[in-house]
Amino acid sequence: MHLPAIIPWGAPEGFGKQMLLILLSVLLISWFFVAAARRGQMVPGKLQFLGEMSYNFVRNSVGKDIIGERDFRPYVPLLFALFFFILVNNFYGSIPLIQLPTTSHVGTAYALAGIVYVTWIVLGLKKHGIGYFKLAVVPSGVPKAILPLVVVIEIISTFLVRPVTHSLRLFATMLAGHLIIMLAAAGSEFLLTQDQWLLKPLGLLTLAGGVGMYLFEVLIQVLQAYVFTLLTAIYIQGSLAEEH
Amino acid sequence: MNQTVILAATAGANPLIPNVWEILVTLLGFAVLMFIVVKFVSPAFEKTFAERTEAIEGGIAKAEAAQAEASAALDEYKQQLLDARTEANRIREDARAEGAQILAELKEKAQAEAARISEQAQAQIAAERQAAVTSLRSEVGTLATELAGKIVGESLNDDARAARVVDRFLADLETQSAGAAK
Repeated sequence: MHLPAIIPWGAPEGFGKQMLLILLSVLLISWFFVAAARRGQMVPGKLQFLGEMSYNFVRNSVGKDIIGERDFRPYVPLLFALFFFILVNNFYGSIPLIQLPTTSHVGTAYALAGIVYVTWIVLGLKKHGIGYFKLAVVPSGVPKAILPLVVVIEIISTFLVRPVTHSLRLFATMLAGHLIIMLAAAGSEFLLTQDQWLLKPLGLLTLAGGVGMYLFEVLIQVLQAYVFTLLTAIYIQGSLAEEH
Repeated sequence: MNQTVILAATAGANPLIPNVWEILVTLLGFAVLMFIVVKFVSPAFEKTFAERTEAIEGGIAKAEAAQAEASAALDEYKQQLLDARTEANRIREDARAEGAQILAELKEKAQAEAARISEQAQAQIAAERQAAVTSLRSEVGTLATELAGKIVGESLNDDARAARVVDRFLADLETQSAGAAK
């Protein structure tokens, strides 16, 4: 159940709360990291240190470790922007009053996965030319007899299933977490407001469970942002690699 | 009326069908974020990291240079110290040798001087003795002759005779004194 859109006013579909939150996230992330990076002091202050630590986390433990020391640098901005964009948009789900992980709307997940999909295909074509498609779907060292089957599987898994799973993984976990918390909250409210005395302890139980799920959900939100970024790095690495 | 609301609700109910607005806003928002990151955030951080790395590596290089300089200076000082010691030893040896030489020369000179002086003294003594003997002999002879002449009353002025008497007397004296000495 969503709030109606702002533009056009009151319409079931249009520019609504979710889109506002996305724009807000862009503003927040830009503001924080520009402020943290601007000074660029040798000995960082608190803000700069926090910014550097966050940047370094994506730069080193995702970019450098997966893509490799040699050519990870150009992809750090993409990985960094993806990670914090998704992280903040996931966190919206755990902020009271906002309570809406914007990535639980499938359009956002499709858009992000689509950006990554186009990126790694273009990178592969740039690096290997049109032969990239052959490189991507024909694995080396497979017997000739089963090669056609393997190629078909590879085409499906790489070019069709990959972007779908990449987007749906993020979207589904966020939507599910959102639903569970909403369900726990609504259920608690319902049970606690019943006249039947027996139902009130059950309401407390669902409330406690809901709090537990809320904390768990925070973990999932970080984890999904990390997984999405990690997979992006792996796809880019695959495009740049010489051998499939 | 009711039917349209339900239809609208069910149209949005399939969560896999995206709202086009979501896609557009996400693409636009992410593009803006990418632009800011590429333009401002990433270069600033990378620049800071590079500067920091350079500062650390430069510091290490500087420290290494300083250490090399220090060890070179130490070697130089050690060499200088060794040279100074050798020089001092040489000077000491020279001084000792020179001293010994001077001492030997002085000793030799002193011995020569002593020998010369004693020789001179002996020669003088001998000459004086000879002079004394000669003068004594003539004087004693004269006195004795005068005395004897006075005693005897006879002039013994005849020189030749007197000299003979004196000689005899002296020879007697010598034999006497030689016998007494034995």
